[in-house]
Amino acid sequence: MSWAAELTEVLGRENVITDPARLRTYECDGLTGYRVVPAMVVLPRSAAEVAAAVGVCARHGVPFVARGAGTGLSGGALPVADGIVISLQRLRRIVEVDPVNLRAVVEPGVTNLDISKAAAPYGLYYAPDPSSQQVCTIGGNVAENSGGAHCLKYGFTVNHVLAAEVVLADGTVTTLGGDSPQLPGYDLLGAFIGSEGTLGIVTQVTVRLLAKPAAVRTMVADFATVAGAGDAVTGIVAAGIVPAAIEMLDNLAIQAVAASTQSVYTLDTVAALVVELDGPPDDVAEQFEQVQEICRAHGCTKVLVAEDAEQRALIWTGRKAAFAAVGRISPDYFVQDGVVPRGRLAEVLGRIAAMADEAGVRVANVFHAGDGNLHPLVLYSEAAGEHDRAERLSTEIAELCVELGGSLSGEHGIGADKACSMPRMFGEDDLATMLRLRSAFDPGGLCNPGKVFPTPRLCGERPGRYRPHPLEEAGVIERL
Amino acid sequence: MVLTNGSFDAHRPPRRELLDDCVHCGFCLPSCPTYAVGGEEMDSPRGRIYLMDLAERGEIPLDRTMAGHIDSCLGCLACVTACPSGVQYDLLLEATRPQLERHVPRTRRDRLVRRAVFAVFPYPARMRVAALFGVLYRRLGLRALTHRLGIVDRLPAELRAAEGLLPPVKVRSLFRRLPARVAAVGERRLRVALLEGCAQRVLFGDVNAATARVLAAEGCEVVVPEGQRCCGALNLHAGLEDDAAARARRLIDTFEKAEADVVVANVAGCGSSMKEYDRLLADDPAYAERAARFAASVRDVTELLAELEPRAPRHPIQAKVAYHDACHLANAQRIRRQPRDLLRAVPGIELTDIAEAELCCGSAGIYNLVQPVAAEELGRRKAANIEAAAPDVIATANAGCLLQVRRFLGRDIPLVHPIEILDASIRGVPLERARR
Ligand SMILES: Cc1cc2nc3c(=O)[nH]c(=O)nc-3n(C[C@H](O)[C@H](O)[C@H](O)COP(=O)(O)OP(=O)(O)OC[C@H]3O[C@@H](n4cnc5c(N)ncnc54)[C@H](O)[C@@H]3O)c2cc1C
Ligand code: SF4
Ligand code: SF4
Repeated sequence: MSWAAELTEVLGRENVITDPARLRTYECDGLTGYRVVPAMVVLPRSAAEVAAAVGVCARHGVPFVARGAGTGLSGGALPVADGIVISLQRLRRIVEVDPVNLRAVVEPGVTNLDISKAAAPYGLYYAPDPSSQQVCTIGGNVAENSGGAHCLKYGFTVNHVLAAEVVLADGTVTTLGGDSPQLPGYDLLGAFIGSEGTLGIVTQVTVRLLAKPAAVRTMVADFATVAGAGDAVTGIVAAGIVPAAIEMLDNLAIQAVAASTQSVYTLDTVAALVVELDGPPDDVAEQFEQVQEICRAHGCTKVLVAEDAEQRALIWTGRKAAFAAVGRISPDYFVQDGVVPRGRLAEVLGRIAAMADEAGVRVANVFHAGDGNLHPLVLYSEAAGEHDRAERLSTEIAELCVELGGSLSGEHGIGADKACSMPRMFGEDDLATMLRLRSAFDPGGLCNPGKVFPTPRLCGERPGRYRPHPLEEAGVIERL
Repeated sequence: MVLTNGSFDAHRPPRRELLDDCVHCGFCLPSCPTYAVGGEEMDSPRGRIYLMDLAERGEIPLDRTMAGHIDSCLGCLACVTACPSGVQYDLLLEATRPQLERHVPRTRRDRLVRRAVFAVFPYPARMRVAALFGVLYRRLGLRALTHRLGIVDRLPAELRAAEGLLPPVKVRSLFRRLPARVAAVGERRLRVALLEGCAQRVLFGDVNAATARVLAAEGCEVVVPEGQRCCGALNLHAGLEDDAAARARRLIDTFEKAEADVVVANVAGCGSSMKEYDRLLADDPAYAERAARFAASVRDVTELLAELEPRAPRHPIQAKVAYHDACHLANAQRIRRQPRDLLRAVPGIELTDIAEAELCCGSAGIYNLVQPVAAEELGRRKAANIEAAAPDVIATANAGCLLQVRRFLGRDIPLVHPIEILDASIRGVPLERARR
């Protein structure tokens, strides 16, 4: 039996997609510049079905790519042409919330925010909060080791996952990690988190829950210069304060947010910092004053203090909607994800602005300033033929971060997008070692191939939007 | 660049700039009811937009596959509310549906069901006969009998859905008519023309009566234009553009004669479609300007009341009320705060939140009749979420939602239009009595 027939038999006809038009809706994730149509999409309903599907792939040598909500920004869930996509959207059960042991067990398709919603009745929440938290899945978070505004204080996904049940590339099911915080032997769970779907498929996750902080205070501080805002960030951290979050938005980002939601940001400010402190009420109150002083010392022009939960929510809704809101001020854009040492924030922002001017492309900045994790958004119009220019600038910005002693990616992953830049950051030996780890899990290279590691095919040519063949345009042949 | 519409014809295809607004971020996915049910990309807003985009580029044909995914959309517009990028999915859907109606023949069964729905719902007289049949069906014990014999289970899903939706109406209220004019109490503040609705006036005559009383109590002279017909909402939302336009013209003719300051609707679906008349008739030189004027004068009753400083005193009603957002009010007309504020202003009323509030109940115009399986799952989910909030009363401002939610409610919780609560409060009578 062909692998396609076998998959259909194992999963049932209603859980596989083979129709060409339907398949095309799976051809890209949040990074739409890369598109590949898969041969089939399957939607298993249980871990056992995931294992069965992977088993079929393993026997027939068919590559497979896991997909959560498809919000990834590095092309991690980009399909493989002769392979299948395994969507985890039918595994959306919250198996257990355990308020006594402060943990929850969930299926991989559960959204990040739904975990916090399920924990809320117990005064608990799940700390990592990517801006896409209302839609991205915990499986995707584990694969990308996702972060968010509050990771400055609380750490990334890797600090909050206790165990994961995974299906390995040969179809076996195993559990990595466990209930006790310290396990002997190699930290395989640690290796798995952030592996971008290249080591296997997560089918169940046990996450740590935290008690909601006793007090939270949030402010927006406006600055007349980007450099001033950048220095204020360095100043706050140097003063020994660990805010829950420090985010920066520049003027273009603020304009996009204002066009999208009920915005609390000052429309004409050059830059703004969102600073949030949480913890015991007294400490928070004291440090909140301190932060305001530091901001004023660095040329802050105005401070808005959130008066109530509603205003605080508005500040965050605006910040979290920012990427998508940029769609209001530009038809297309690339999001970069580079990291720089915090002390060089002002410098790197200045250089990015200069590079943007030179390339004749606009760049908006909205990012996790406390972590030095930049998100320059390179704005362009595909219709106006600016794609290549913007992409080049975007790559140059990522590589600039490496040059300044930082990293290509803070939280969005390498995926297909930045694979070709990996040699900028790692030597051949480093990459070879990583590849050996990968091969130990997936000797056949079936598990999300073509991501993370540079390949000649990928780095030679980029798969682009489908363009009709001339014969097709002439009506001589037809696409089936 | 070549200017073509790809697989669409030249008559108002979905516009390229609107398609380009989508940045594929997926923020709309969790609020989409069909995605909540199936988890398939092409049954999500992002996927539907992607299909439209591909069709506009001529990369996929307009065929049954594409039509299936556009048909399965409830038109609830929760995605529009959720989208940070400002994608006007409502316009995209409105442009795509008529194209598919023109180019993709429906299956025989689908055609028959749709034809039956459109032959009954927009006509109060026919609706009355159908509802009368429903009353007799219940009263004579036929309903219990058919259920016991298992006949209902053997009906096709669409008919089963219609059977389940029949509300418990009284024969008397089927024939209740509103007076042509109700005078304002005290000094007149506005002259308003009330849309009676087609299914509404037959099945929810009480709601219309309550609407007229409350408006009058708040100083509005209420006129009910004679001979008003269906507003065309069902046709518009199903992609039957020409039928909808014909109905819109006739309704404008009828209402212009009333010379009112404001046109009031108390059915969310009707209100939202009347507010769209300007777009619907934009290409009609004889009507474009009049349609724009008409559309601008339309208000939902809760919207209008929120604009007016309350005049009539409110008497207390002790009740915990779950307010369910009707999609065509909350998403299409962006009216969320006003009905809540009005209810909160009644002393004794405690408003309670419903989990997954943004998720459509599955009613959505004629959706529950033509896509019964998905609608049933959504109806159950909504009813369970409402029951979990343990309200004394459920309030929602749309006839379709009232019918749909009632059908799936396990317990007998009174379901009312918010205006009925206001009416009871202003008159100082218990809610149950006000509705009699
Ligand atoms: C507007 C916007 C804002 C964002 N903000 C942030 C942010 O603040 N911080 C941040 O870190 N990211 C952010 N992201 C990126 C993205 O949301 C995260 O990377 C997220 O974790 C992806 O989750 P997903 O479910 O969409 O995964 P997908 O995009 O579907 O997949 C991502 C990767 O995970 C793999 N994968 C998915 N599910 C599984 C599984 N069950 N098992 C194994 N591998 C799997 C895929 O193969 C792929 O490689 C943002 C994205 C958008 C569009
Ligand atoms: S419709 Fe809006 S929310 Fe949905 S994917 Fe497109 S841009 Fe994002
Ligand atoms: S209108 Fe409703 S059903 Fe249709 S795509 Fe939008 S959210 Fe989904």
